[in-house]
Amino acid sequence: MTTSAKSVRGLGAAGAGTQHHIRQRVTAVALLFLVPWFVYSIVHACKAGYEGALTWVAQPLNAILLILTLSAALYHMRLGMQVVIEDYIAKSGTRQALLILNTFAVIALGAATILSVLKIWFTAGA
Amino acid sequence: MVQLTLPKGSAPKKGKTWPKPEGKNVKKFKVYRYSPEEGGNPRWDTYFVDTDQCGPMILDVLIYIKNHIDSTLAFRRSCREGVCGSCAMNIGGHNTIACTRGWDEIAGPHITIAPLPHQPVVKDLIPDLTNFYAQHAYVQPFLKTDTPEPEKEWTQSEEDREHLDGLYECILCASCSTSCPSYWWNGDKYLGPAALLQAYRWLIDSRDEATGERLDDLEDPFKLYRCHTIMNCAQVCPKGLNPAKAIAKIKHMMVERVA
Repeated sequence: MTTSAKSVRGLGAAGAGTQHHIRQRVTAVALLFLVPWFVYSIVHACKAGYEGALTWVAQPLNAILLILTLSAALYHMRLGMQVVIEDYIAKSGTRQALLILNTFAVIALGAATILSVLKIWFTAGA
Repeated sequence: MVQLTLPKGSAPKKGKTWPKPEGKNVKKFKVYRYSPEEGGNPRWDTYFVDTDQCGPMILDVLIYIKNHIDSTLAFRRSCREGVCGSCAMNIGGHNTIACTRGWDEIAGPHITIAPLPHQPVVKDLIPDLTNFYAQHAYVQPFLKTDTPEPEKEWTQSEEDREHLDGLYECILCASCSTSCPSYWWNGDKYLGPAALLQAYRWLIDSRDEATGERLDDLEDPFKLYRCHTIMNCAQVCPKGLNPAKAIAKIKHMMVERVA
């Protein structure tokens, strides 16, 4: 038995949330530019087949923009998934476990994709 | 936690159908009935009302049913003119107040009348709004100052007073909060559109000196940031207010504080 005031106050205001809000929007703005570039370029690059695509990724500007696109998209995805998990999973332990899993998944995806780009870039012409 | 199905004992079943009277303009109403004394599942009772015999609003229909057909029907009402917020309920699938929604505004072969969604039901159309009121109290909806009180009154310029338009009119009927999916899933932690609209009403008040503390009390992933601009609140508000916009403005103030 608790009073309604106690349950509404809960553990008090966490003093957080604004940074998340800002980061989600900043990454969204970045993606607003990066995604159209990515879609246009990837369609273009693939027309030249596998070798053509490799040559395209190996160009420094393309590689850098690709890494930026991947970073922004994955970070944005992590923030978005975090909100979805917080929205729908009320049980504290399960929620925290899924939030950790979310972070791990994004870091793993980031490592794999970004290293792939770097490998193509650095081994091009070698 | 999201519940995609109603908990056991909560799914409404088919209830009683009351006799249909003679008349040219008889309308069919399906009304949610639940009585804790009787127990069992809630049910949809069907009433036929000769609309020539009653006033133009849904509340008039409910009063007609209570007076002439079934006196056991329970609902809250008071001012019958959109000022008190007592008769908020879900009418034809939309949260609104029964006293300002005309039965001729709702299309279809029948009109459903149910209590506000996702709240415990006390009886029939009466929801338990204890949590909702506690959330309103949480935002401390009153003037907070440290400066010694002036001899006469706290003054406010006309322009500053205008900032409160679209905020002070809220009648706390709970239509907005109980229409918000985010409030359905996390109503225990998310303060909801009604409380946040009132929070902004005091944040923007030129006379209030507790702006920083008020923002501190809201800076939380759940209390404030569960708003995902779904906009149901603005769509259902019977007073035409826009709680989603007020929440967005609170978020702007939060950002302004750090960046």
